[in-house]
Parts: sequence; C-alpha cells; structure tokens
Amino acid sequence: MASMLLTSLRSSPLTSVQAAQFAARSLSTSVHLRAQAKSKKTLAKPGVKNIVLVDGVRTPFLQSGTTYADLMPHDLARAALQGLLNRTGLPKDAVDYIVYGTVIQEVKTSNVAREAALGAGFSDKTPAHTVTMACISSNQAMTTGVGLIAAGQCDAVVAGGVEFMSDVPIRHSRKMRKTMLSLNKAKTLGARLSLLGSIRLAHLSPELPAVAEFSTAETMGHSADRLAAAFGVSRLEQDEFALRSHTLAKKAQDSGLLSDVVSFKVPGRDIVSKDNGIRPATMEQLAKLKPAFIKPHGTVTAANSSFLTDGASAVLIMSEEKALAMGYKPKAYLRDFVYVSQDPKDQLLLGPTYATPKVLEKSGLTMNDIDVFEFHEAFAGQIMANLKAMESDWFAQTYMGRKTKVGAPPMEKFNTWGGSLSLGHPFAATGCRLVTTVAHRLQKEGGQYGLVAACAAGGQGHAMVIEAYPQ
Amino acid sequence: MAGIRALGSLSRLTARRYTLLPARTHVNYEIKGDVAVIRMNDPSARVNTLSVQMQREMTEVMDEVWGNNAVQSVVLISSKPGSFIAGADLNMIQACTTAEEVTSLSQEGQKMFEKIEKSPKPIVAAINGSCLGGGLEFAIACQYRIATKSKKTVLGCPEVMLGLLPGAGGTQRLPKMLGLPSAFDMVLTGRSIRPDKAKKMGLVHQLVDTLGPGLKSPEERTIEYLEEVAVEAARGLAKKQIPLTKEKGLMQKIQDYVMSYPFVRQQIYNTVQKKVMKQTKGLYPAPLKIIECVKAGLEQGPTAGYLAESQNFGKLAMTPESKALIGLYHGQVTCKKNRFGSPEKEVKTLAILGAGLMGAGIAQVTVDKAIHTILKDTTLEGLSRGEQQVYKGLNDKTKKKSITSFERDSFLSSLTGQLDYNGFNKADMVIEAVFEDLSIKHKVLKEVEAVIPPHCIFATNTSALPIKDIAAVSKRPEKVIGMHYFSPVDKMQLLEIITTDKTSKDTTASAVAVGLKQGKVIIVVGDGPGFYTTRCLAPMLAEAVRVLQEGVDPKKLDSLTTGFGFPVGAATLADEVGIDVAAHVAEDLGKAFGSRFGGGNIEFLKSMVDKGFKGRKSGKGCYIYQPGLKRRDVNTEALEILESYKLMPNAAISSDSDIQYRLVSRFVNEAVLCLQEGILANPVEGDIGAVFGLGFPPCLGGPFRFVDSFGADKLVEKMRKFEEVFGNQFTPCQLLLDHAKDQSKKFHK
Repeated sequence: MASMLLTSLRSSPLTSVQAAQFAARSLSTSVHLRAQAKSKKTLAKPGVKNIVLVDGVRTPFLQSGTTYADLMPHDLARAALQGLLNRTGLPKDAVDYIVYGTVIQEVKTSNVAREAALGAGFSDKTPAHTVTMACISSNQAMTTGVGLIAAGQCDAVVAGGVEFMSDVPIRHSRKMRKTMLSLNKAKTLGARLSLLGSIRLAHLSPELPAVAEFSTAETMGHSADRLAAAFGVSRLEQDEFALRSHTLAKKAQDSGLLSDVVSFKVPGRDIVSKDNGIRPATMEQLAKLKPAFIKPHGTVTAANSSFLTDGASAVLIMSEEKALAMGYKPKAYLRDFVYVSQDPKDQLLLGPTYATPKVLEKSGLTMNDIDVFEFHEAFAGQIMANLKAMESDWFAQTYMGRKTKVGAPPMEKFNTWGGSLSLGHPFAATGCRLVTTVAHRLQKEGGQYGLVAACAAGGQGHAMVIEAYPQ
Repeated sequence: MAGIRALGSLSRLTARRYTLLPARTHVNYEIKGDVAVIRMNDPSARVNTLSVQMQREMTEVMDEVWGNNAVQSVVLISSKPGSFIAGADLNMIQACTTAEEVTSLSQEGQKMFEKIEKSPKPIVAAINGSCLGGGLEFAIACQYRIATKSKKTVLGCPEVMLGLLPGAGGTQRLPKMLGLPSAFDMVLTGRSIRPDKAKKMGLVHQLVDTLGPGLKSPEERTIEYLEEVAVEAARGLAKKQIPLTKEKGLMQKIQDYVMSYPFVRQQIYNTVQKKVMKQTKGLYPAPLKIIECVKAGLEQGPTAGYLAESQNFGKLAMTPESKALIGLYHGQVTCKKNRFGSPEKEVKTLAILGAGLMGAGIAQVTVDKAIHTILKDTTLEGLSRGEQQVYKGLNDKTKKKSITSFERDSFLSSLTGQLDYNGFNKADMVIEAVFEDLSIKHKVLKEVEAVIPPHCIFATNTSALPIKDIAAVSKRPEKVIGMHYFSPVDKMQLLEIITTDKTSKDTTASAVAVGLKQGKVIIVVGDGPGFYTTRCLAPMLAEAVRVLQEGVDPKKLDSLTTGFGFPVGAATLADEVGIDVAAHVAEDLGKAFGSRFGGGNIEFLKSMVDKGFKGRKSGKGCYIYQPGLKRRDVNTEALEILESYKLMPNAAISSDSDIQYRLVSRFVNEAVLCLQEGILANPVEGDIGAVFGLGFPPCLGGPFRFVDSFGADKLVEKMRKFEEVFGNQFTPCQLLLDHAKDQSKKFHK
C-alpha cells in the first residue's frame, strides 16, 4: 500500500515544486527576450522519475605529457571524485553506486572505477564498475546511472570518466608474449634455455596502441579527413572553426565561466587549476600547418583536431526527491537520451547527425526548442561535416530514412564556451564535461533545453536532452 | 584601345564559334581558372575505350587546350564511375585486315602520346577505375598520375593476354619509368596492379581515398574529389611547386647504376627470354616480341624502339594466337552473362551437402557473396575439415591483403556448418556434392526434398552421372539441375551447368545467377553421359593410356601435351583428376558410347587403383608425390604394371606429332560431336568450356577455333590416317566432315 502511494506520488505529472518552477521560468525567459514558445513546457513524463544532475566537476584538461605525466589514470579519477565531494559536500556513504568510463585501459587498474573510489575515500561498501564506449564512455556511465535510478535500484549515483594518454599500455609482440608465457610453464633449465634461444630480434618490436578502428584499421584522423572531403568541407572552414573554438574557450576561461574545473595539487608539482590546451592563433598560423593524416592533399591538421589529453570528470546524479531531501539545489534534469550506430568506415564520426533528430523526436522537441548545444568536437572537419549532413535533405532521405533534414544548430547557441578542440578531449571524460557545461550554460543564459551530442569510435553516437532546473 | 577591344570581341566570337561545332559526345572540357579539366565519357558503352571517336575528339580538345593561353595545366579524368580507360577498342584492331593497317594504328597512338608526353602544359591523369592497356599508355604519357584507392582502380597492360603488346609506347615508357624488372613483370604477365602497389613502384605519384556518403553519392563525390585534388596538383606542377622528377632512393640509384652496364641488361634479357620460353614452350609469340621491343628501345634508342613496337604490334595482331586469345576474351565476356534472364527469386540461402574438397570449395566461393551458406556433412571430422578449408581460403586472401581480417570474419559469419537438415526449410537452393554414386545421390535427393520449401532448387555437382538419372526419383524434376564445378573450385573459373529436358528455364536462370555471383564463367549444356567437358576429356585420356601402353614414358607424354599448349600434361592430369575417377568415368562412358571411347585398356587403370595408385591424393599415380618435394619421380611400380599391358606401337602413326594429334583430334572430334548432337548450344561455349575447364591450349582458342584455323579438312585427313589403324575411335563426326567438305564453313565468323 505504501509503495503504491509512493509510485503515484512519483508519477504525478506536476508536483507543487514543479508548478512553482514554471512561473519562475516564464519570468526568466521574458527577461532574456527568448520568448520563443516551446513545443513542450517540460519533459517530465508521467510514471518516470525525474532524475537530476546535482553538480559536475572535472580536473583541468592538460595536454598529455605535461604536468600529469607521472600519474596513473586512477589518480586523475580520484582528483575528480574528491573535487565532486568537496564541491557538493556529499557524505561519502550517501552514494549508492559509482560508474566510471575509460577507453585506453591501464591493465593494473582495469576496474578503474573501484580503485579511484577507494582512493578518493568513498565507502568500501559502495560498489563501482567501469564502462567503455570510446569517446562516449562517460555518457554511458551517466546513462547507466540514470538507468539505475529510474529502475528504482539507486537514489544517488556518481558517474564520470577518465583518460590518461601520457602513459598507455605498450605491449610486447604476440610472439614474445607467447614465449614469455611458455617460459612460466617451462619446468627444466633446458626447456627454458631453448625457449630463450627461440627469441628473435623481430620479437622485440613492441605493439603500440593506435587510435584506429579495429574493423577497418583506419585511423580516426584519416577517416575524419575523408568525411570532411565527402561533405566538401574546406581546409579554411575547418581552420575557422578551430579558431572559433579556441577563441571562445579562451574567453570562457578568462571570464571564469569554466566553473566545473576543480584545482588539483599534483604530487611533486604545482597546483593545476586551468586547462592548458587553449591556444588561440591566427588564421595565417593555422594555414601553415601540413595535413596530419592524408598527405599531401588532406585538410585535417594538428591544429584543427582535438589533441591527446589527460583528464577526468565526475557528476553526481540523483533522483529529484533524494536531491531535494538532502537539501541540494539541482542544476538540471537529465531527460531523454539515445545511442546510435552506423557504418564504422564511411560514417564513423556522423553520430550527432543520426542521434540528434532521434532524441528530439523522442522528447517531442524541435531544433528551435533547444537553447544550448554542446557537441563533442573530435575534429573541426567532423563538426562541419555533421552540420552539413544535418542541413541536407538528400542525406536525411538517402541514408537516414527520414523525410526531411533536422537542420543544423544555429552557431550562436553552439559550443559557445569552447569545445574538445580547444579545451581538450580526454576520451572518456568528455561526456560529463558536455553535460555539466550544458547545465551551466542553461543557468547562465537562462535557456530551458540543452542538447548534448557526440560521436565515438566504432561508428557510434549519443545524444541527450537536458532541461534546466528551475532557478 | 579600340583595336584591342575589337580583338577581344573577335576572340570571343571565335570562342563562341567553337562551341557551335557539332557537340562532342565522348570528350569535353571545362576551364577552371588556369586548369583545363578534360572529361571522358563514352555514352554508348559501360567503359571508356580509345575508340576512333574518342581519339578524334581528344585530339581536337587537346589542340584547343594547347592553343588557349589562359590554360597553364591540364587534368585528364573520366566521368564514368569505375573506368578511366579500359583499353584500346578491340573492334578497331579486329577490323584491320593487314599487319600494315594495325601498325599504322599503333603509330597514330604513339604520335598522339608523344605529343602528350611533350606537352608544354603539364597534364595530370586522374585515374578512377580501370586504367588498362591503351588507357595505361595514355596515363604514363602524362606528366603526373593520381589514382583513387577504389577497389575498381587497377592499372595494367593486359595486351599480352590477348596475344598483343602495348602498342602505343608502353614497351618504351614503362622500362624507363619502373626499371627493367618491374616493367617486364607488368608487360609480360599482364597482371593488374592495385593502387597501393602502383604508388610503391612509382607508376602513380599520388593516391586519393575513396569517399563515403556525403552530400552526393559516394561514387560521384569521389570522382569530384579526385578532380579537386588533381586540379590542385596541376596548378602546383604549372607553378613548379611540385617537382616532376622524384628524388631517387638509394636502392633506385644502385639499380640504375647496375643497369647502366649493357652486360647486365643482356643478362636480364636472356633470363627473361628463357623464362618465357619455359612457360610458353614458344607457342605464344607476344611475350617474345615484347622483349624484342623493350630491347630495341633501350639498346638502339627510341626511334628504333617505337618502330619495333608498332611493327611487332601489327604482326602480332595478325597471328592466329592473338585471334584465338581475343576470341576467348569475347567468349568469356559472353559466358559472364545470364542468357536465361533474371530468376524469379534470388538465392539468399544456399545449402551444400558434403563438406569434401568440392563442397567446401563451393562454400568458399559463396560465403563472401552475401549468401547465407549452410555446409552439411555426415561426420564431424568431414565437416571440420571442410570448414577449415573455407577458413584457410579466406585467410589466405587476408594474408595477401586482398581482404581484411575483419572482412574475413564477417564473411565467415554467413557460413553455418552442421550435421543435420536444420534450416533447410529456408534454403533457396541446395547443391549436393556427395560421393559419385547414383544410389547415394538418390538417397540424398529424397532426404532433401522432404525438408526443403517448394521453390528450392536441387543442384547436383557431378562430373559424369546423367542428371536425368539422378532426377528420376525427384518429385519435382523441373527443379533439378546439374552444376559441375571444377577442382579446385576457388581457382578454376569454369562452371558447367547441365539441364535436362525437364529442367525449367527459371531453375536454369537461377543456377546461372548463383554461378555468376560466385565469379564463374558459365556454359550451359544439355544432359548426357559426361555432358560436354568430361565427355571430351575421356577419349583423350583413353588415348593417353594407350600411348603409355605403347611404351611412352609419362614424362615424355607430359612434355608432348604441354608442348602442344596444354597447361598440364596428360599423365599429370590423370593423377590430378584421380586414377580411380578416371577409371570410373572411362567405364561409365565406355558403356554409354561403346568402342568409340576405347583405346587404352581400362584394366590397366583398375590395376593401378588396386595397387593404391590413385594419383596425387594417394601420393602415388603415374608419379610419386612427396609432401614438401617439388620434384616428382615417375612411379616405377606403375611402369611395371604398364609392362603387363604393353602394346606394340605402329611406327606409321607414332611420331611425336602423331601422338599429339591422336590425343587432340579425339578431343576435338568429340567436342564437335557434342555440338552436332545439341549438347552444346554454340561453339563459343564449347571453346570456353574446353579452355577454362580442361586446359585446352588457349593459344588455339578452343577446339572449334582450332578446327577453323587448322582446317577441318586437314584434321579429317589426319584422323583418317589414324582411323585406318585404330578404327572408329578416330572416325570424324558428320559436322566435322561437313566443314571439311566446304571450306567456307567456319564455327566462328
């Protein structure tokens, strides 16, 4: 009986809290002269729990091989988790579950979520698991948390992601590994010596991990260059977009908008409190660079691609009731989300194009309803290609089975605080940054709906709609 | 001032007048800034060829481009997806009646490409799709080459395969561009070179990726992209930002240094000549002429080289070998089409019974064609061996980098190995490749018919059992057809499809469609013992056995047959086919056709089988086969058996040449008889079947072309001589006699 009551309470479409929010929102929109009528007043659904983002933080994103160089991945993750604890003042035992994303795994800490949680001082009674889905790993971590809360299994979940490119597992060659493993089993000295004798010079050449598709053996930069060419994106367009990203990021950094960054005292080094990859240059400087992947005629360069980055991020997700009960003022609702996948060869990085119309349809919104767009910028060429694909009826009809194009987001709403190109892209940490940034931008700019979209290796993609929590 | 303006308007006028000329249909150009983009597209064909029209329009366009001061550089591109220029127009060559005419064709080509080579404005060949023969010669005359990485992009000089040589400068430019060894390899083998290899060996300067979906279709956009890159390169060349000559690597320098000694070059010519002689037995004139041309160019200078090239090209075009090879080329094109139309239902699931060498081979050529393939065997061991064969076949392709390991895995995902009839209810076609025994085939047919859906086709892979006998127990004989594959299935191109008078047209269409998907060259023949191929081969093998019995050593027999142009000697062939199979077939066909199929003593074959000498598969046959050993010794025990079946040779008909004609005439006569009896639909399929399935000498173009070129009367004359000694085995059939009587009768027009 009690549980029935609870359900009906949860499913009631309009709680008094929300009713109050409406009034507040209409007020704020009128102030900001964004009096565009939304298709829907809220995305709350009957029978579905409201899930909120309480807060989100990240370590500064640093170019790999810089100040974080001597750490391990879980150290960075620890820093993000501790930062989240500090920021929210969350009691460590109030967390039901921890989900963390990572792409390139450190073999010693293959469940990096657990190692980081223990190291960050979370209760050893809080279970933690690691997810991986290339560049949308922390999106996957967050939506896993959303699922746990929606299913009624948890009330408070910490999700995040970490990537550490300063050190990656470099392996012995397969032949060498085989010999070494046999060596363990060899019983006699003779057997061992003969195994050692079988080692050839070629066995010693190591295997380096590559940012390449397993299925096609094509590196992502190469694929991005082909994608840009397929959509006729020029070098100039890419350089301009890259410059835009760096310029906006610099501006955001200088005006203190990147409040999700928490300072991190790196052992043996100084306190780091700023991203170090933001470098606005001139168009002339950018134009000088040679193509990085397709030579000599390619258009993707080091400057218009995201760089190898170390960093970690974390968010605190709760059911609305729990958050309110604990006295939090949530930043945003996490609403509908989708995952999509396409041909990993020719449509590797088109995730946002496929995911955006799908998630909009799911939530009953249109492009016009969205006030804030945060797209993951893997490559300037990839972003421009996606924008062109979203603007093309032909593409929508021929490849997506849709009647019309979804339309490209207006640039004045798009990644206005910089993006992965300038802030950096620690693969598995980017997703949380995108979501937190949407929440912050909605708060700052007073919009109601935000959209996150990202592409990922394997030809996959993700999009999520975020609704501002009434101020 | 006014004068200048007047001049300007005049030039505009002339420019306009040009456009008023009858519109060009094959070659057009557009001026993009200072680059002229010349686009080729033959509206009447699937591929571009250097036809008369194409050449004429190209010359016009080139003259306009050269005369236009605004143009600094040129891009040459095809707007046809999948074809740059596939070669010269064969009809143009075939229309010539004298060597001189062909020589002058060659000289025109040489002149045109010389002008291209000496063009004051750099020309970039932008290659997407086939760039073969004359197309390649055109491209290598250009100053710069950019190719797409498309699977359809191939470069090569296939002329040698048509008994010709690259007659528009190919034999002269390639050695200079690639060095002697690579050039010889390319020109003498005619092999197609893929883009990455072409880049490595210096045949192209730059590669362009193929593009996926964008704002246009991938094919269209890829060509556009290629053009954009080529236009940039052309500008770079014109401004001398891109150097025309590449800095030579150390290896290249060493090679050049070594090659500068005439002595070294002479050594190479000799080695290549020897290799060619060994492989062709001197039966193919083209490779020798190619060596001659290359040599003339390098040793006596370009004038002599180009002259030798054009003259030899003319001579080769008139040789019967070239005509035979061109005939085969056309025949092959014909046999790659489905003359029965498209089937009502596409085969999406194919079940194969028996995972032996044949069954697994059929599976191997099917799994990578997006057809779900069920491979069924009766034992786990058999199935495992079969699946391993399929895996190995695909994995070998991975090692050769023609497919990726990922593609291999995804192909293999459409293979289901099993021991039961599970899933047969969804099969669109079943091919049985079980043991060649009528009662087993009957049993299998009944079992299968109980589980398959009504539309499913039952195909039987047999080399000799008449299809109507197998179909006799079928409830639906219109769905029964024969599909005779040749071993090894993944290497042998031929598929012989056998229809009974009950087989429906749609069943045939479907079988042909599947075969074409599997990449086969297909002949469709009527039903009867041995169909067409086995029936032609049997009398020849019977004769071969007689020749052995007459005391001719297996090695000698092999050299006689290969000396006639067969790729595999008769004794080796018997070992490959299997002595037991040969005995089996000889007995079956002997029963069906009587004494005409006699000759060698079947008992000899049976004694061999009794001793376990079943050919290569058992390690011993006419020869002894040892794993890992390339050298084969004659099986002396087989010779001992032969001793007890010894025949006295008749000296009048036992010369080397006589033995060759005894073997070949029986083959040819049986082939003509098949046409006479309607087993064969036409001589073209007869020639294709004999060459691609049985290794009939390609330089002779197949049994029918052989009769045409050798003369039916001469053949009959020879046969009559043999007939006097051996009787009806050498009696010419009526159709052959008709052709002998009337010289104007030819199988091929």
